[in-house]
Amino acid sequence: MGMTITEKILAANAGLDKVSAGELVTAKLDLVLANDVTGPISIKEFEKIGVEKVFDEEKVVLIPDHFAPAKDIPSAQQCLDIKNFAHKHNLKHYYEVGRCGNEHCFLPEQGLVLPGDVVIGADSHTCTYGGLGAFSTGVGSTDLAVGMAMGELWFRVPETMQVVLKGKPRNPWVTGKDYILAVIGKIGVDGACYKALEFTGEAISNLSIDARMTMTSMAIEAGAKNGVMHVDEKTIEYVKGKAKRPWQVYESDADAVYSEVIEIDVTELQPQVAFPYLPSNTKDVQEATNIKIDQVVIGSCTNGRWEDLQIAADLLKGQKVHPEVRTIVIPGTQALYLRAVQEGLVQTFVEAGAVVSTPTCGPCLGGYMGILAKGERAVATTNRNFVGRMGHPESEVYLTNPAVAAASAILGRIASPEEVSK
Amino acid sequence: MSLDKLKGKVWKVGADIDTDVIIAARYLNRSEGEYLAAHCLEVLIPDITTKVQPGDILVAGKNFGCGSSREHAPLALKHAGFSCIIAESFARIFNRNAINIGLPVVVAPEAAREIKERTLLEVEPSTGIINDLTNQKTYQGEAFPAFMLEILSCGGAIPYVREKVKKHV
Repeated sequence: MGMTITEKILAANAGLDKVSAGELVTAKLDLVLANDVTGPISIKEFEKIGVEKVFDEEKVVLIPDHFAPAKDIPSAQQCLDIKNFAHKHNLKHYYEVGRCGNEHCFLPEQGLVLPGDVVIGADSHTCTYGGLGAFSTGVGSTDLAVGMAMGELWFRVPETMQVVLKGKPRNPWVTGKDYILAVIGKIGVDGACYKALEFTGEAISNLSIDARMTMTSMAIEAGAKNGVMHVDEKTIEYVKGKAKRPWQVYESDADAVYSEVIEIDVTELQPQVAFPYLPSNTKDVQEATNIKIDQVVIGSCTNGRWEDLQIAADLLKGQKVHPEVRTIVIPGTQALYLRAVQEGLVQTFVEAGAVVSTPTCGPCLGGYMGILAKGERAVATTNRNFVGRMGHPESEVYLTNPAVAAASAILGRIASPEEVSK
Repeated sequence: MSLDKLKGKVWKVGADIDTDVIIAARYLNRSEGEYLAAHCLEVLIPDITTKVQPGDILVAGKNFGCGSSREHAPLALKHAGFSCIIAESFARIFNRNAINIGLPVVVAPEAAREIKERTLLEVEPSTGIINDLTNQKTYQGEAFPAFMLEILSCGGAIPYVREKVKKHV
């Protein structure tokens, strides 16, 4: 019996020839990540363990991104806590504001996460890196503290659910975000609970790396432990200029065991809108065009990458944001921000009447930089639309791809991109 | 944490209770238990700390704790006074976090569906046995796997690892 990518990576890092689903293993960690919200608790717990140092100063990454640049005094203290810890332990990968960005946009861009890695992060969207063929999963602050101290952590080898995406979408505005929303809409918010979600098929091969990471970032929204994709020439092209250490490509065997195989034909798929208050509450955009909105957010670890900014800018060029709508564009990293300045995207956004924010998780989790009042509605390219996620418990978030978000910004209601494209 | 029997009154919540509902992100600029507890489940049970008695038990539907990895969620529940959470199922990261901080969680679909608000329960987390003392009914939830029992019997992940570190020194 063969193994899946996830099983092979865990086996390799656990020093075993073979593992199977359900087995408990202790695996070596290639990278350990925390941010300004989860890091401070990890640090407190780390200091109780009784070790002097982190396991490897090259492999512990701390990023201030959730409430950074600090939104208030307690947030400033949390940012300072991780900065002080990074200094004390001589961490090679602590980055101050202005030199990083959203953690899950930044780490792949810097080549800090690579195919075949085992990565844990005290952030649920750590599953993003599966788009590069890594095993990466979100953990809490205590597990992260253990990881920082020991360089290894226990895992239950997850069953793998394979999702095969077939066909080529006829609708030119359909992309990775619509695929993942369609998957979550089909299997539900706990459809892959405790499992690995392995995405494969022609539709995945045709996606850019940016769009693949959009998909894997939201594996957690189906309850998955990790999302993972095969490494192909696009992955290698993406990684090779960035990696500063060797990496390993793993392929699922032909006779690998899957707990379930789901096939979705994307040929007729339309842009998806996830209605409040669950990401699984999906509809075709055409069924949502009567919903008036107050705010649009384009950014996040799910859709804050170059392709996302470009799609939004193409639609907003020469157009105006609806007079009653606020539009907030958040490039995922400083490098993306600079490129957006150099290539004229920032000018397009500002001329259209949008604001362009410094990289931050900010509004996605209702932190700051675009909080909703009671009764307000937002279209967001983010990943969660839970009760109160972006502000008041009686506000609403509709999750979409960047093209739908840009079109909605222009028309002041949820809109299909072809309504505004020239 | 104690692996002894826990006794408390039931508070019920529904399915897919996410970590934003347990503790909204706007409160994550601090991590003290008392602060988090004051805002725990505030959309569902306003002013929870004035209502929940220490030892009370939260009973939930499927997929409890879905969403974010914030350990603030089980910390808030623990400091709000809950001694244990019973659910039809738990989201993965929440489940691990709860065990790591020493908050017992019991998977018990039948119990989670049938048990009513304000019922008095006695729960033995290590075996998964739940006694509904009000209605004289016993449910068998899932027992903890041996490995997790070991973590729990140490009092959580940090004491467990601390013991391992000491042995190596």
